Amino acid sequence: MAAHEAHAHHDAHGHHHHEEGFISKYIFSQDHKMIGKQFLMTAVFMGVVAMLLSILFRIQLAWPGEESDFLSFFLGETWAPGGVMKESMYLGLVTIHGTIMVFFLLTGGLSGTFSNLLIPLQIGARDMASGFLNMLSYWMFLISSLIMLFSLFIETGPASSGWTIYPPLSALPQAIEGSGLGMTLWLVSMTIFIASSLLGSLNYIVTIFNLRTKGMKMTRLPLTIWAFFITAILGVLSFPVLLSAALLLMMDRLAGTSFYLSDIIVGSEMLENHGGSPLLYQHLFWFLGHPEVYIVLLPALGLTSEIISTNSRKPIFGYRAMIGSILAIGFLSFIVWGHHMFITGMNPFIGSVFVFTTLLIAIPSAVKVFNYITTIWRGSNIYTPAMLFSIGLVSTFITGGVTGIILADSALDIAVHDTYFVVAHFHIVMGMSAVFGMFAGVYHWFPKMYGRMLNTRLGYAHFWVTIVGAYGVFFPMHFVGIAGAPRRYYDYSVVGEYDKPTYDMIMDLNVIITVFAIIAAFGQLIFLFNFFYSIYRGPRAVQNPWRSNTLEWTTPVAHIHGNWPGAIPEVHRWPYDYSKPGAEEDFIPQVVPLAEGEEGDH
Amino acid sequence: MTKLIVLIVIILGVIAVAQLVRMYELSSKLRNRREEDIPNRDNRLNATLLLVFMFAFFASVLYLFAEYGYTGRGEAASVHGKSTDWLMDLNMLIITAVFFLTNGLLFGFAFKYVRKPGVKAYWFPHDNRLELVWTVIPAIVLAVIIILGLKSWNEQTDKSPDEAIRIELFSKQFDWTVRMAGDDNKLGYFDYKLTNENNPLALMTTKTIQDAIDSMENSSSGIHALESKLNNPKLMFVPEDHALMVKDLARKERMVRMLYQLKARHNSALDTRVMDDIVFNANDTLFLCKGQDYEFNFRSKDVIHSAYMPHFRAQMNTVPGQTTRFKFRPTITTTEMREKMHNPQFNYILMCNKICGSSHYKMKLIVVVLDKPAYKKWYARVSKLDPKAADACKTFRNTYAVGKPKAAAPADSTAVATAPAMDSAAIVKTL
Repeated sequence: MAAHEAHAHHDAHGHHHHEEGFISKYIFSQDHKMIGKQFLMTAVFMGVVAMLLSILFRIQLAWPGEESDFLSFFLGETWAPGGVMKESMYLGLVTIHGTIMVFFLLTGGLSGTFSNLLIPLQIGARDMASGFLNMLSYWMFLISSLIMLFSLFIETGPASSGWTIYPPLSALPQAIEGSGLGMTLWLVSMTIFIASSLLGSLNYIVTIFNLRTKGMKMTRLPLTIWAFFITAILGVLSFPVLLSAALLLMMDRLAGTSFYLSDIIVGSEMLENHGGSPLLYQHLFWFLGHPEVYIVLLPALGLTSEIISTNSRKPIFGYRAMIGSILAIGFLSFIVWGHHMFITGMNPFIGSVFVFTTLLIAIPSAVKVFNYITTIWRGSNIYTPAMLFSIGLVSTFITGGVTGIILADSALDIAVHDTYFVVAHFHIVMGMSAVFGMFAGVYHWFPKMYGRMLNTRLGYAHFWVTIVGAYGVFFPMHFVGIAGAPRRYYDYSVVGEYDKPTYDMIMDLNVIITVFAIIAAFGQLIFLFNFFYSIYRGPRAVQNPWRSNTLEWTTPVAHIHGNWPGAIPEVHRWPYDYSKPGAEEDFIPQVVPLAEGEEGDH
Repeated sequence: MTKLIVLIVIILGVIAVAQLVRMYELSSKLRNRREEDIPNRDNRLNATLLLVFMFAFFASVLYLFAEYGYTGRGEAASVHGKSTDWLMDLNMLIITAVFFLTNGLLFGFAFKYVRKPGVKAYWFPHDNRLELVWTVIPAIVLAVIIILGLKSWNEQTDKSPDEAIRIELFSKQFDWTVRMAGDDNKLGYFDYKLTNENNPLALMTTKTIQDAIDSMENSSSGIHALESKLNNPKLMFVPEDHALMVKDLARKERMVRMLYQLKARHNSALDTRVMDDIVFNANDTLFLCKGQDYEFNFRSKDVIHSAYMPHFRAQMNTVPGQTTRFKFRPTITTTEMREKMHNPQFNYILMCNKICGSSHYKMKLIVVVLDKPAYKKWYARVSKLDPKAADACKTFRNTYAVGKPKAAAPADSTAVATAPAMDSAAIVKTL
């Protein structure tokens, strides 16, 4: 059917005012705006699932071994006999929570939604370079999402060796149940996901290189586009490495090869595999895994750069420094992966090289933070929900970023590696920041996506519950980690055996964390309600509600194929002419030609 | 029933919110206010809330530091741990200062520069001097952090001194086994193919190699037994079973070939290295001596585990097919640490810190640090054969020669993990 529809669509190109059918408009759409919305919807759904999973295992952590109707309602007798979660399901939930959040919500969802929506609109293109590949990218994303969800429902349970799926645990079904069919599905799903991500990324890169409108120099691109651009390049360079890691793992599982296996006796079975190295997998995995952090983070930073500048009515401070730091972060992200492996048995000398490169990343990150702060300084700040989330992002980026300095320092990492300190660090710097960026983007570009406005007051409520709840969840985790609590523990009874006071402290904090998690989860209901209600019943949007400079606000509110009804507008200036001295309005859209004697750009 | 009520409450809640939103929208419409126009009152309110949030956030951070700080892990109980803690304090000081400063500026400016009618934003697109400042200052601070960190890292990962006692920590799902190098302070060699019930750590001697070959060939499920079963015309098998047996036989034949190669290459002069090794049972407490250097060699039987000893600030993964190392010198005995922690029940611990299976969270080993006299007494018991207490002597010479089955290879490994650890408190007392 897809081919048929695509064909029909192609034929219809001759006439100008054709009505698109339901299927080609909403389902097999090749329009970047629709594909962006499809990504968003799928990601919102996946995000809700992943959040629900986290609530389930947070309940186990706060009240271990206690019967819970909530758990038995969602997990049933198989996974939570008598309302107490099974150990293996706990690990399964942790694994799938991580996988969905990192890949499906924050990679597919964030970059998929906003790259698709904004790249053509902000560079002045009628659509992506290849609408068809773009459509394929979404459909592969959907299929991989469905396979991942499906793996939650099989008899042996989902993959349960952590989202990093280190072999040999992930290679040996004898070692843990989830490494059977669950892991196979995980690998299949991720393989399709990687293909989807590659199609998308290649498309973004080609589009940004080739389809910029007249006058849109690279140095006039909004920072959002710069962020998406570098993100796509990171994706293209690193995701194939994950694919190779996954393929080798498949071979070890199915074809009896020994890439990652050596000298293993599992249960009482002596395996013949000899000569492989589990460290090889870790190198391959983190070669993607670390750039992945920036694949998640850069789009969020790009979105907030745009939002903060618009809502402070000030040009983003240090535009070129911002581009420079995106480039520096992108480059450095490829030579730091070893900091995940300081204590894996990797040669300590290599470890010290990675300490050096990793800590260097703090410099461009600091530049970005200070530039944001300077942008807000002496601005005329308007607190739309998008702006609040952007400020929240800067705050979490700082709070989570500084603890990275401790973890990047190999000597200190020894003491806190794989404890809750790490969990706190990456949830704040990557999870909260990226999610805040995503929310900011949704609030800001909702009028562009649906032609209607979100309710602002509900947006405020959502923001305040979310920031208080999320900090309440992740900040105390630092102290759980410093007390020496390892991550991925089903409960902490072992701590109670060797040191009761520490156990009591961990349990106190765990209860606090879970309570905040539940509050934060309820907060998201406000958003979901606002989101779906406003799609249908929100007040209609005007063309340029935020009085913004970028090109997407010159398109009509109603979506049309090709974005602009007439010729594509020409660009005459950079996107950040806010409150420019001498101008009447406090914003000058990019399409406005330079006035007599006005100094261009920046 | 409760589920139904909860469901009804949720639905009613959603309807109530929808009605509220509807009312709000109608009133906006009446006042002709558009959603994107943020009234000054709302704007100010949010700016104030940002500031209030900042103070509340800062206050809770300070409270958490005061209440929980580093207390959980207690004082570092090793030499390098002390310098790790010093470095940690320094880094923590720096990042806490940065945290308060930058968050303070962010929320402070957000509060101060809220839109005021008639005040235009200040045109300030860039300033090279400022940008230079916040590139160079972080760079300098980071240089200090890197240099101090690497200095400490190099010390920790340097070669261990010759007099350091070699200890092997052997991990499997879901327990730890300790092997000490014995009087020669050299750990004997091993090969995983030699693993059997008598020799769970697969130590390599002329005899263990021969025993492994024998058991591979002659045991009840050995090569000869399998062959005779498969060749017996009177026996019928389900095709699946037959295929499995053929596969198993082929595997065993390949394994036994490798064992013969091992035998041919083996230098029997190395047997003595193994014989004096002290091999404990799985889950037996790890005893260390205060002030003594140790080099730990880590091995894994099945999947990756990680030996995490939070009080010694020590951690290292155990990787199948590879030996990893970590060294430290304990400085506080268990008894002293109990006083410091004000907890007479306290024990040092080694926890598994790399996800390794469903009972991962139960995989641990009690660690006891003794002072020198007590340690010597204990060591004499486990290393010298005392005819009156032959059980106490754990040298490989003693345990393997006797042929007494050691901790049975666990078929159901969870059962082992739940078995009570040796009561170290009692041991400390008796010594």
